[in-house]
Amino acid sequence: MSFLQLMWFCVIGLLFAGFLLFEGFDFGVGMATRFLARNGDERALFMRAVGPHWDGNEVWLITAGGAMFAAFPLWYASLFSGYYILLFLVLVSLILRGVSFEFASQALTDKERNIWQWANFVGCLFAPFFLGMMLTSFIQGVPMDDKGNVWAGFFDVVNWLSIVGGIAVVFFCFLHGLHFLSLKLGPGDSRRMLNTSEKLYWIAYPALVVFVILAFFMTDFYKLRPVTSWMLTVVILAATICGHVSTVKKRGGFAFASSGITLMAVIAWIFNGIFPRVMVAEDPAKSMMITEASASPYTMKIMTIVLCIFLPIVLAYFVWSYFIQRKRLVSNDVSMTDLRKPLAVH
Amino acid sequence: MGVLELSRIQFAMTTIYHFFFVPMTIGIGLAVAIMETMYVVTKKDVYKTMTKFWSKIFLLAFAVGVVTGIIQEFQFGMNWSNYSRFMGDIFGAPLAIEALLAFFLESTFIGVWMFTWDRFKPVWHMVFIWLTNIGSILSAIWILTANSFMQHPVAFEINTATGHVRLRSFKDLIANPQLWVEFPHVFAASICTGAFVVMGCSAWSLLRMHIKSKKDVESVQADAEGTAKVDFFTRSLRMAAVLGLIGACLAILMGDLQGKFIVYDQPMKLAAIEGIYEDTGDPAPWQAVALINEKDHKVEASVDIPEQGSILYYGTNHGKVRGMNSVNKELHEKYDAKFGEDMNYYLPTTLLFWVFRLMVGIGFAFAVVSICVLWFTRKKKNTLWQSRWKLWIMGLFTFVPFLATTSGWLVTEMGRYPWIVYGYQTIADAVSPTSTVPKVLFTCVVYFLLFLLMGTVMIFYSRRVLHQGPFYQPDEGDTPVEVTAGTQRKVALA
Repeated sequence: MSFLQLMWFCVIGLLFAGFLLFEGFDFGVGMATRFLARNGDERALFMRAVGPHWDGNEVWLITAGGAMFAAFPLWYASLFSGYYILLFLVLVSLILRGVSFEFASQALTDKERNIWQWANFVGCLFAPFFLGMMLTSFIQGVPMDDKGNVWAGFFDVVNWLSIVGGIAVVFFCFLHGLHFLSLKLGPGDSRRMLNTSEKLYWIAYPALVVFVILAFFMTDFYKLRPVTSWMLTVVILAATICGHVSTVKKRGGFAFASSGITLMAVIAWIFNGIFPRVMVAEDPAKSMMITEASASPYTMKIMTIVLCIFLPIVLAYFVWSYFIQRKRLVSNDVSMTDLRKPLAVH
Repeated sequence: MGVLELSRIQFAMTTIYHFFFVPMTIGIGLAVAIMETMYVVTKKDVYKTMTKFWSKIFLLAFAVGVVTGIIQEFQFGMNWSNYSRFMGDIFGAPLAIEALLAFFLESTFIGVWMFTWDRFKPVWHMVFIWLTNIGSILSAIWILTANSFMQHPVAFEINTATGHVRLRSFKDLIANPQLWVEFPHVFAASICTGAFVVMGCSAWSLLRMHIKSKKDVESVQADAEGTAKVDFFTRSLRMAAVLGLIGACLAILMGDLQGKFIVYDQPMKLAAIEGIYEDTGDPAPWQAVALINEKDHKVEASVDIPEQGSILYYGTNHGKVRGMNSVNKELHEKYDAKFGEDMNYYLPTTLLFWVFRLMVGIGFAFAVVSICVLWFTRKKKNTLWQSRWKLWIMGLFTFVPFLATTSGWLVTEMGRYPWIVYGYQTIADAVSPTSTVPKVLFTCVVYFLLFLLMGTVMIFYSRRVLHQGPFYQPDEGDTPVEVTAGTQRKVALA
């Protein structure tokens, strides 16, 4: 395995981790619109909190997909054609969620706006669920043929680990969203978010234990790479505890960082476990290796140059866009966008 | 219907639908950016009002464009996995670069632009919309780099061990001559789309003022808001007309260059869009209209313009244009060893012939309409807003650009049949082996319904934006939402 192959494997992991870190809270905020918001205006306020950011956050997924296509075309082809229906459901959820922001801001009545707020909620609930299912299903060893085609049957996709995995991703996204809101809303709402997530953390522990037990038996992670897998499991647990303590102490920033680390550590755990494979086949001989799946050294070199030049620039303005909009939204500022403010006539 | 047909239908449907919104976003985005620039330069408030008003349509198009774009990104893997395996080394790179360079730029800055009207100096705020626009245009360049390779493969070699394509030179991939005739043409078409949507919407808005008689004209002129409205939409119309004229001229010019390129590069496509079966004489005539018999591979009747064919495709009055029959023979000789003798290289000629004429006709119509609009809105005698039939025609032109762009893609992509990568992989070989009819049919139906829903809502909201007009102020009475909002919240907080 060449250095570039290893690097791009990590880069793709990083892009997926970035996706969960950023888009994770968008999803969580979307879920909060039904679970915590008390009325339509509060829902609008929550959506306004992620309004300027969700689109940029989603690009992490697009970039992850594109980078996979460029660096490991065979992985891209196998994974996405093999998980056709799951990925399709993710896309439909993302579509519903994506249009809901603009459409909700166009709505004039409560009833009309409510439709798009529902679309946002449904999209935000199901996108991470199906994505979580996909991520925890493809690590279990799926039936593959010599050409790398994945012939996953119903029970390869829908089983205990993938269902628990899907729910776990949804759950942690929800916590992450609450922590984000605690940083974006006024003091009263902020405290309410942290109080809720403080209680919810008690579900996280048994869920994690169940997940690890299932993963222990249904994947080969703990047999193949025991040291690093257990280490990352400890990181996930530690970050969860850290997040819990932060919510008890009402420290939104720490809680947000902790839940972000939890989500990223889950991706790290997956990428660590599948290494040096990219697709785990039922029959170990048919697993797809990093070395087989990768693009030519020349393409990878070009992509590395592009990445080294542009990723720092992208990160700089990406972070800047959060920085300039770091102000908390106070409760009476419910306008969805500034565009809806009156225009001056002259 | 098999998996192949369904996959093709799905790809055609998602791409065409997505491409309604892409040129609209690029075109209106450009118009909005110019409006904001005018505001920054002239400091006239009317330009700020224009920016805000047209950005509402822009943002609606942007939203639908973004979400349909996600499908594009993943369906190469989902539906065309063998294609992705074969082409991944070349196709993936532009796609990944597109995401990194273009999508991050446009998505981040549109978020910044939408929400920071009061927070930045107008100059900086203007920079954000330009960055958004540059992002969209860059994205078009990269995706067309990938498409150009499929049309005209360059800078690659075949890996003998795997049979897959391998990139040899990134520089040559970008220097693909197909790209540099295709991108400017698509860009010009996008300018036209934006321009004519703005023009058409302005016309609808003026029509809604119900100016039917001299008396109506006088009452509008006496009324301050009426005058402001006419002024607003006249400015929009004129700006759109200038953009439309530039776009149309560029589109025609680049289209012409594209024709001169494919006459050598893809003679089958050219023969099909011109409906030529037998090689023409020298100089070649041009068939303006023709009755095509696809079954027997011949033209039943046609109206010919002598020498025009040579002039169009070679720029001089001599030179033969090859017909499909001889190109077919040549393609069989060239590819039979690899792809077998059963390949059918004939294209759906009747469709391509007429669709091509539709596109070209619309291109010229754009130029004519733009000039007319500029003439009828001239300072000395601006009478356009009083003439209902002229406004009706322009209003209908809102929808015409979409016919043209769709025709253009049909010509380009169907003209490539039966190849997915010209000369190297057939469409039939590209489809995912794991796809099944129920799966693809199911997703087709759901996408179709989603598209229908989004399209309807988008048109509904755009119409409402137009009805509200540029001076609409969502005051307390108009938005019960916000009134109950405040009261409810006060109760909740108390």
